[in-house]
Amino acid sequence: MVEPDYLKFDTLSLHAGQEPDPTTGSRGVPIYQTTSYSFVDTEQAAGLFNLEQPGHIYSRISNPTVAVLEERLAALEGGVGAVCTASGMAAFHLACATIMSAGNHVVASRNIYGGSHNMLNLTMPRFGITTTFVDPRDHDAWRSAITPDTRVLFAETLGNPGIEVLNVPVVAEIAHEHGLPLMLDATFTTPYLMKPIELGADIVMHSVTKFLGGHGIALGGVVIDGGRFDWAASDKFPTLSQPYDGYHGISFVEEYGHQALSMRARAEGLRDFGAAMSPANAFHLLQGVETLPLRMKRHVENTTTVIDFLEANDAVSWVSHPSVSSHPDHELAKELLPKGAGAILSFGIIGGREAGRRFIENVQLASHVANVGDAKTLVIHPASTTHQQLSAEDLAAAGVGEDLIRLSVGLEDPEDIIADLARALRASQKG
Amino acid sequence: MEVKFQEATVNLATGGVKVDTAQPPVLLVHGAGMDRTVWSQQTRYLAHHGFAPMALDLPGHGKSGGELLSTISEMADWVADLIHELDTGPVRLVGHSMGSLISLEVAARHPDVAERLILMGAAAAMPVHPELLGAAERNEILAPQLMTAWAHGTRAHVAGNPTPGLWMRSGCQALLERAADGVIYNDLAACNSYEAGDIAGRIACPITVVVGSEDKMTPPKATAQLVAGFQEVDLRHLEGVGHMMMIEAPDQIREIMLSALQ
Repeated sequence: MVEPDYLKFDTLSLHAGQEPDPTTGSRGVPIYQTTSYSFVDTEQAAGLFNLEQPGHIYSRISNPTVAVLEERLAALEGGVGAVCTASGMAAFHLACATIMSAGNHVVASRNIYGGSHNMLNLTMPRFGITTTFVDPRDHDAWRSAITPDTRVLFAETLGNPGIEVLNVPVVAEIAHEHGLPLMLDATFTTPYLMKPIELGADIVMHSVTKFLGGHGIALGGVVIDGGRFDWAASDKFPTLSQPYDGYHGISFVEEYGHQALSMRARAEGLRDFGAAMSPANAFHLLQGVETLPLRMKRHVENTTTVIDFLEANDAVSWVSHPSVSSHPDHELAKELLPKGAGAILSFGIIGGREAGRRFIENVQLASHVANVGDAKTLVIHPASTTHQQLSAEDLAAAGVGEDLIRLSVGLEDPEDIIADLARALRASQKG
Repeated sequence: MEVKFQEATVNLATGGVKVDTAQPPVLLVHGAGMDRTVWSQQTRYLAHHGFAPMALDLPGHGKSGGELLSTISEMADWVADLIHELDTGPVRLVGHSMGSLISLEVAARHPDVAERLILMGAAAAMPVHPELLGAAERNEILAPQLMTAWAHGTRAHVAGNPTPGLWMRSGCQALLERAADGVIYNDLAACNSYEAGDIAGRIACPITVVVGSEDKMTPPKATAQLVAGFQEVDLRHLEGVGHMMMIEAPDQIREIMLSALQ
């Protein structure tokens, strides 16, 4: 049987988006540390500004180093295009601002990153965009929360911090039944573990800062356009389907069709909001993406080893990770995440808040930081950090108990990770 | 813009500007399973460089309504009738792949509506791999995948999109995936059964043919067979470029179009 001779994932991780520099022959991606680009002549300049021809104008809108990362991430996700941003939160805002306006409504999973929850719950209402939060496993709740003003369904591929697995095909079908796109934050899975677009998602965003970069040295975000959603099928998305005065009446759907979201997000969103990724950060993040398949495989292997240890430890009351048979989404994870359900898990420590504090203060190898997805093992107590802005009610709804420790398993030798956790767990019980 | 034609809506992309009837009209015809957006790197440029481009969605494609047309001849007659309906006078006709066959037949069957041809990914015959045809008939995703794999040159499979952030491979596959069931098969079957015959002897207008050195769908050898029949052809070669040349090499295609359309 004949098959498409596409370059494979590991190859794209190394090569997609880059050719050796045509001027110098540089094999590595050069850092184009420049704000602006010389125009050939006034006609070319006018053409660039008027979207008549592609090219770089100013690094807030596009930059050659950043463009390599954008093309590479789009390739790995199977998207038609990508727009990189200064952070994951900037990517989330860019996607929302590109497809929505005042009066619109979001249906979102309640089990999402605290920063995303804040933006939807507290900040966006100031601009007239409201959100209804639902249990991501309750498919009837997704349906019933949709109103005539709803414009997008939003969730994380793996919830935070309970690591709920989103049934992407089902929620995508619910969205599409209502003529709406499904937007997913796929930071915890990366395209190595799951390709949400192939499962039905329409927009994928990442905090590139996390597993994609992997080194914890550079911030970045990305919005990836699946290219399969029909923005012109209804009058719900006028920013994409109607003429835009910002470029002399252009309709992005009419001219760019399946790439309308990518084009508008850059041409308007980066131009006007300006949350651009720096070329130096793009360079650093590219170094991480090159080894993504190797690192994610090791992350998953180490996570399995750590889970086995925690489940057998007397100081641990529960372990939550989709690979654990008691996890509510264990079977779904086997179906949607055959390579593994990521390297972030949570567990309950016997002794509650005080024991949690002693555990955090006694880890030595693991780092106590507000981050996940680093090559190094990270720990945090969400109730006092990432989710501390949430009310007690919202904390409970998000499944964040006071005994909950979130662990992002790194790439160290698993014996060293376990030795560190064992020492800290012993210390946690000596209150 | 949308026009009502033969009791259906026909959609044409005009580069984001109102059609200027004082400018020379250029009608752009897409290939199998695709739509007007394959010309997105050219239409807006042409609209601001002295032409009135109209990149059409064939019936049942993109945003156009109407029933699918099952042969190249039927498509050509429909295009000719549309040109009459638009009342633009003779047009410069630009076709890609299946669109190049349609353009050839328009010029041959309706010489009054085509004053110049620019063909990309053109050949006198377009036999389709039986496994691709079968996958298309079954509406399998394999069909868009195979077409995408074969439609791009080596470079385009890695990088090289001059539009920052766009990924060519998925762009092509997503476009084909958006086609309604039956559309790709209809078009591929039309290409597969097309026989040009003495097409060169039936065409009098000037013709430009653009060929990509890495075109696997209409290889240079197949294009050469078509070109050989014409006494005079403006033949342009693009090195390292595949079948989707308007997207793989948009700057070069814009230059060729601008010079050939003058």
